[in-house]
Amino acid sequence: MAASETAKDSALRHAFGNVLSFFILVLIGVLAFSIRLFSVIKYESVIHEFDPYFNYRVTQFLTKNGIYDFWNWFDDRTWYPLGRVIGGTVYPGLTLTAGTLWWILNSLNIPLSVETVCVFTAPIFSSIAAWATYLLTKEVKGTGAGLTAAALLAMVPSYISRSVAGSYDNEAVAIFALIFTFYLYIKTLNTGSLFYATLNSIAYFYMVCSWGGYTFIINLIPMHVLLCIVTGRYSSRLYIAYAPLVVLGTLLASLVPVVGFNAVLTSEHFASFLVFIIIHVVALAYHIKGMLSPSMFKVAVTLVVSVGLVICCAVVAVLVALVASSPTKGWSGRSLSLLDPTYASKYIPIIASVSEHQPPTWPSYFMDINVLAFLVPAGIIACFLPLSDASSFVVLYIVTSVYFSGVMVRLMLVLAPAACIMSGIALSEAFAVFTRSIKFQLPSLSGDSQVDAGNSDSGSAATTQTEAVKADKIEESAKERPSRKNKKKEKETVEKPSVKSRIEKRLLVLPLESSVIALLLLVLLGAFYVVHCVWAAAEAYSAPSIVLTSHSHDGLHVFDDFREAYAWLSHNTEVDDKVASWWDYGYQTTAMANRTVIVDNNTWNNTHIATVGTAMSSPEKAAWEIFDSLDVKYVLVVFGGLVGYPSDDINKFLWMVRIGGGVFPHIKEPDYLRDGQYRIDSQATPTMLNCLMYKLSYYRFVETDGKAFDRVRQTEIGKKHFKLTHFEEVFTTHHWMVRIYKLKPPKNRIRGKTKKSKS
Amino acid sequence: IDLASQIVRIATTLKVENAGGDPVSEVLFAFPDHQAKNLALLVATTTEGKGKTKSSGGSLPIEAVHPEGMPPALTWYTVSLPKGLGKGESLTLDIMAVFSHLLRPFPEKITQGDIQLVVFQDSAHYLSPYEVKRQSVRVKLPEPKVESYTKLEDTKFSGSEITYGPYENLPPFSYSPIAVHFVNNKPFAVAKELVREIEISHWGNVQVTEHYTLLHDGAQSTGEFSRLDYQARPQVKGASSFSNLVAMLPPRAHSIYYRDEIGNISTSNIYGDSTKTLLEIEPRYPMFGGWRTSFTIGYGLPLHDYLFHSEGKRFLKIFFGCPMNEMVIDNLIVKVVLPEGSSDISVSVPFSVKQGQETKFSHLDMVGRPVVVLEKTNVVPEHYQHFLVHYKFNSLSLLREPLMLISGFLFLFVACIIYHHADLTISKSSASYLAKLQWDEVQASIQQVLNIINRCIATHDKVEASLRDLSRTGDVQACKAARKAADNLWKELSKDLKPLLAFLQSSPQAVQILPKVEELVAKERELQERIMSKHSTVVDCYEKKSSGRDIDNRVASIQQKITALRQEVDDLIEVIDEI
Repeated sequence: MAASETAKDSALRHAFGNVLSFFILVLIGVLAFSIRLFSVIKYESVIHEFDPYFNYRVTQFLTKNGIYDFWNWFDDRTWYPLGRVIGGTVYPGLTLTAGTLWWILNSLNIPLSVETVCVFTAPIFSSIAAWATYLLTKEVKGTGAGLTAAALLAMVPSYISRSVAGSYDNEAVAIFALIFTFYLYIKTLNTGSLFYATLNSIAYFYMVCSWGGYTFIINLIPMHVLLCIVTGRYSSRLYIAYAPLVVLGTLLASLVPVVGFNAVLTSEHFASFLVFIIIHVVALAYHIKGMLSPSMFKVAVTLVVSVGLVICCAVVAVLVALVASSPTKGWSGRSLSLLDPTYASKYIPIIASVSEHQPPTWPSYFMDINVLAFLVPAGIIACFLPLSDASSFVVLYIVTSVYFSGVMVRLMLVLAPAACIMSGIALSEAFAVFTRSIKFQLPSLSGDSQVDAGNSDSGSAATTQTEAVKADKIEESAKERPSRKNKKKEKETVEKPSVKSRIEKRLLVLPLESSVIALLLLVLLGAFYVVHCVWAAAEAYSAPSIVLTSHSHDGLHVFDDFREAYAWLSHNTEVDDKVASWWDYGYQTTAMANRTVIVDNNTWNNTHIATVGTAMSSPEKAAWEIFDSLDVKYVLVVFGGLVGYPSDDINKFLWMVRIGGGVFPHIKEPDYLRDGQYRIDSQATPTMLNCLMYKLSYYRFVETDGKAFDRVRQTEIGKKHFKLTHFEEVFTTHHWMVRIYKLKPPKNRIRGKTKKSKS
Repeated sequence: IDLASQIVRIATTLKVENAGGDPVSEVLFAFPDHQAKNLALLVATTTEGKGKTKSSGGSLPIEAVHPEGMPPALTWYTVSLPKGLGKGESLTLDIMAVFSHLLRPFPEKITQGDIQLVVFQDSAHYLSPYEVKRQSVRVKLPEPKVESYTKLEDTKFSGSEITYGPYENLPPFSYSPIAVHFVNNKPFAVAKELVREIEISHWGNVQVTEHYTLLHDGAQSTGEFSRLDYQARPQVKGASSFSNLVAMLPPRAHSIYYRDEIGNISTSNIYGDSTKTLLEIEPRYPMFGGWRTSFTIGYGLPLHDYLFHSEGKRFLKIFFGCPMNEMVIDNLIVKVVLPEGSSDISVSVPFSVKQGQETKFSHLDMVGRPVVVLEKTNVVPEHYQHFLVHYKFNSLSLLREPLMLISGFLFLFVACIIYHHADLTISKSSASYLAKLQWDEVQASIQQVLNIINRCIATHDKVEASLRDLSRTGDVQACKAARKAADNLWKELSKDLKPLLAFLQSSPQAVQILPKVEELVAKERELQERIMSKHSTVVDCYEKKSSGRDIDNRVASIQQKITALRQEVDDLIEVIDEI
């Protein structure tokens, strides 16, 4: 009778909860997708920034020529005259994903352009990443925390900044791959299933395909395994979770051309192999311990330890010798600058010159993860109550990612999912505590007629209390059931805990008023977060950076100068002309103007970049010679002085000098600085005022307003009237943001003719 | 001769008189080869009547012919007259010839600040195989600025017009070359290729997409381009360039866009009224001589304005040429994409075009949409005329794609349902499968056991409740009745429990969990007994009318046991739950 009814009731409730959480997940997916569409609505469906243009170009090539040509693609449009082997130097995950999406859509006769697919890849994958977060957090702390974390991740500004529609970059899919790999690892750890372990290696493979950040996984998981072993949590599940991942994962990773043998050669991967050995030793030890009697085991241990130590020492010595023989100690420059934050600024100016490789400032934490920063500590505490394998992993994840994000702004992206998971746990636990407190106390205020037989089973938990409050307790639990149904997702966590924990928690009842207020405050906090995220998505992170807008008194003003220049280049120059510019604009020039560039954003050849930097910082004649030797026909500079666009070439110029000076010692940074200050006004050094970059930027600038007032530097320029002898202006965009110059033919050879010189 | 733009329009009004004996049904006329190869359009009309009211009787058929015995370097055309021209009769013929690329820029290369000069060459005398009695030439220029022009007798230059003649009684093939070298800063916009795609959707929309490849075909620009000069004095320093184009779109055009392959171009404007929609677009950069660009414009039109029914067939009536003002198109390709499933397609165009057919696959097409391809070279604005495409189409085919989607999702859901309900195990006899089945059974029975235990506990609570009632009301009978009911229930439940336990004992899968279950059952039974004894004690006490404190003392030890047992039972239930 009553009991069977409750069984039915609970099954129904279970199904209801599942359906509810399914729909919540769908809505979270929609939210994650649509919050990233601000850029399309406010601007247009266009690829953003720099790197995405390269990815877009690669995807175009892939869809046009097929996968085999893609692997063998030698790109002669860039790094002239060296070229670049794209197939072997690019992380193919993103490209292949978008290419596959495009192919599926087209074979279903849905004729979307490659560009459209590329633009919307990132929002789609952020929806999937939100679902992956749900799965991961569910494995750690249950459904409620999972849903909260997924909702938080769907709109965390840090992730939005890299995955708005049009931001077609590796990170867009890599964050999904990262979270999903972690989920599968935790899942394997919880179930000990070899099936999930295999899936885990495949997810890891996808991650390796997608992003160089895969080294984070292959270091974090061994760290966690080591932590588990040290704290005595070794189990066969741990072994199953780890060993297949290392073997299969390494094999699969070395299939990716850009990784190749690095998967076993570089130091980034050594931690995993070391832990792989350790876990086998530990597994063997546990096995032997099971077979032998305690006294025998002791003897065996001393024997093995003494022999093993000797062997280990030998192996370690060999490894160290091998590693030390390579110049960077087997670490790539970016990884090294992670371990030693001052490394890049000391040795590799190129890495240091990229703004996203700088350490973040405090406000950027608030900007990028907002209230999550305050919820994370609470989440960490919640993870220790009780500490399981899974929750210890999440704690380790957040700790390491906080460190990495402190080194490089870019890695804030890795921190964001961890912060979301932690905050999700914290919020959901807090909600659970508060709502429970309210539930226990509400009936004593209002209802007393709710006793019915159907709930006596849950009332059984209450019988351990004193006789006096017993009657009340039954009523409370009676109240508990129906109220759950109309509760939100947080209720899932309440359902899970077993009878015992319910008893424990019952002791943690807070006063009604304070829990109501706290609940309200939490909701308010969440509301702040939502408002901030929407603002960040709409205002801060949606600008495609190739189109700029400004609001003036007479409405919206659009600066479309970059595309104007690229369109001009693509239509009005010869197909084989070479265009020299600073490397920032390399990807865009190849993708939008389809012209050969000397250097681009894939900064693989420092010397080549230094050559361009040297040319830009040399006087006109020397620069002409350098460019002519590189077969350059046009020089493109970005100049913001007229409209006040701050990230122009003059502001980047010191990096050109530094990078150029790093290879060609006749370029000295102090020559360009007056008393250590970088200035372009009348106090500037003659070297500065005569260098090519200065001249190309300010050529005939004085005639615009008569004073030559630079609106970025807020000063009048130092040298106002000068002529160019070796370059001629061929195009300047509407707002002067891009200026294109052509190399004049040498005068002494062909005089008076307009024929161009081809060396 | 109208030279006001880049297009040369020669309108010739001929008054033809048959001076011979036989009726004449054709009139020959000629153009020099260098003109004829740029001829875009040739229309001849007759004007009946004496008044100025032009009741033109439609255009007359014109053919290119190669009569023998004529001087070389001439291309001949004949006009067939509507009716033979008898002796002495006369007729007025209007011949409209439109040429593109006939104006030659001279000098060919100019700098940014120069004005554009072009040369036009023709004959002051009308080139004809017939005798010309009286003839004059008027040349209309865009601006009253002329560098030079051939001065013959009777040449007048006034305003922006040059008049030659009238000349009288010229012999056949008289030729008197003239050249006009004049300023023409009109846009020399030439579309090297224009692909117009007209896609019909029977859901109510005609989508037109036009891909332009544009060239400024005037004098080549050389030397520097200085934005400064261009911005400071655009009239002087950019005179030969053009920076905007105007397209005259049909009325009610909607969803207009203007972009190129790297994204939207934001410099455009729309003005609309009920008769037309004006779209003013600016290319990304001002077009100087020799500069190229390419862009796409697209717009939607309401279907009912362009699609009509007749005799069971549908026909689309839409314009052929390009809507841009004064633009020459070297190669025009018009593609009409008909809806999937159209048949019996035929096209009628008022002038000669190259026709073709292809198939296009668009959203969710199965067999593809038929596409009519019309190609024409050398198109001028005069080609902005309507043409017809007839085809048959069944309206029911409209529903095909929605139905396809619906059934697709239906199949997906059905497949999901089937997957969830079907047992897809490959080997039904494998050990692991059997074990799984058994394990399922074990779990089910354990669940039942737990249910029963829970009901037992519920009855405990009832007994307890009855005891409380007793302490409040003192109604011993009710309490006893409650106890009896509980007893009965317990008996039933323990009966139910027996087969389940037996099953668990027999099942190998349940080995791990069995001791716990048995322990649970044992504990529960003990709990039962304790509660019984408590109950009987209390009831006894009540019957003996003992004091409350006495009862409490006697029950206290039992109560402690009960609490401990209850705790253990709860723990066990939890442990089993977890398994």
